[in-house]
Amino acid sequence: MQDLAVNLGIDVLFKGTNFIRLLGGLWTALWISLVSVAISIPLGIGMGVLMTKKNRILKAVLRVYLEFIRIMPQLVLLFIMFFGTTRAFGWDLSGEAASIIVFVLWGTAEMGDLVRGALISIPKHQYESSEALGLTNTQTYLYVIIPQTIRRLIPLSINLITRMIKTTSLILMIGVVEVLKVAQQIIEANRMTSPNGAFGVYLTVFLLYFIACWPISMLAKYLEKKWS
Amino acid sequence: MKKLNFKKLIALGLTAAAAVASFTACGTNATSGGSDGNTGSKVYRTLDEIKASGKINIGVFSDKNPFGYVDENGEYQGYDIYFANRLGKDLGVEINYVSTEAANRVEYLETGKVDIILANFTVTDERAEKVDFALPYMNVALGVVSPDSNVIKSLDNWKAEDKMIVISGTTAELYLTKNYPDIKLQKYDSYATAKSAIENGNGVAWANDNTEVLAFAKQNPGYTVGIDSLGSQDTIAPAVSKGNETLLNWINDEIKTLGKENFFHADYDATLASTYGADYKETLVVEGGEVKKS
Repeated sequence: MQDLAVNLGIDVLFKGTNFIRLLGGLWTALWISLVSVAISIPLGIGMGVLMTKKNRILKAVLRVYLEFIRIMPQLVLLFIMFFGTTRAFGWDLSGEAASIIVFVLWGTAEMGDLVRGALISIPKHQYESSEALGLTNTQTYLYVIIPQTIRRLIPLSINLITRMIKTTSLILMIGVVEVLKVAQQIIEANRMTSPNGAFGVYLTVFLLYFIACWPISMLAKYLEKKWS
Repeated sequence: MKKLNFKKLIALGLTAAAAVASFTACGTNATSGGSDGNTGSKVYRTLDEIKASGKINIGVFSDKNPFGYVDENGEYQGYDIYFANRLGKDLGVEINYVSTEAANRVEYLETGKVDIILANFTVTDERAEKVDFALPYMNVALGVVSPDSNVIKSLDNWKAEDKMIVISGTTAELYLTKNYPDIKLQKYDSYATAKSAIENGNGVAWANDNTEVLAFAKQNPGYTVGIDSLGSQDTIAPAVSKGNETLLNWINDEIKTLGKENFFHADYDATLASTYGADYKETLVVEGGEVKKS
């Protein structure tokens, strides 16, 4: 057993507080993505509703915002938010704050587009029937449209959450020590004594991401089945 | 996206950040009339401001053993850290270590997000335009390692059929191509493949940064570093934001004072000796900021 651990290079994880540090790194990645998700969802719903409005200027502005966020690699957005805002406005954002802002901007855009898609997929007769029943505009949304939209939305938005968790691996570039950075630190600190460390540590990181994302993915699958 | 080189992506990111910044900076200058231009452009903290805050931000590597890394208890360690700890102690402030990457060290100083960079930072003319380097505390050069059976001590009488192992894109490759065009190079993409190549005898010697070949010879019995400092002698030095004179002068004075107690020799003994052995102390260490010409 000991030999196997050495061959796989997992032994380095049992030195000192290494494994606890790795879990700490995972927690950093998770809380940053979960806070971002919690803020993005209500903002994204708002944006999605606005995107279905007939106002042309509003539509154009939101479209430009969505495309900008989509085209820009997240790493570039992170650099702009972390270093760029200091140069331009003298803001001294922490790495964590810059990450959350970027992830919220990204999450809101993506979520907005998902909500827009879900809303326009509701057939027109649903609105017309509600009107025929004498429901007000608010009642139509509250009792007819939104429940159906949410049903279509949940699996898609859960995918967004797992994508966000995985993208946190980029925030090490702006000085946030998350799970991947801790892994690199452990591998390098033991470069001489455990040359196999890279394999074992990255394997562990893979498992940690998997353990974090898999239940979320399964939930999406379950809900998709239940509501389809 | 996958095909896009990571380094290029970083460069793109930093350029975009700078572009956005300069664009908006122009805007604000125009509206404010530039009256507070001086205070507005000062990104760094002076020595007194750092002392008053009781905390200094030092950018270091957290994954470059043995220069700057994090040990199994989560503590920063290494040659750079040993020095950084002393700076903090003598300034009488707490140290906040910031984990930096090779590609963003300059940016951290240009935005004042750290006060000092102590991350194995090689002094180059290009970097000196953007940041201010203090006195050096370490040498770097190229080294050549070869098997004990045929130790290469000079490149002057190179046999035409012999091959030199190098890793593509390194300083060693550039230097040899330029200065010794007659030496045949056997190029490899990674440290690991170059290592197995020298072990298999695919070349008579391996040229790389001297710290790398010294560490290799130390770990692998049967190999000797015949040439331990080849090419242009570069130095490693602390850097501060451009124009931060109070901090720069303080660091320079500190390095000179520390030279009197042979501080960097003690630093070498504590952090580098286990990797490089005691023999190369004089090759690598720069004491009191004075580089000895060899």
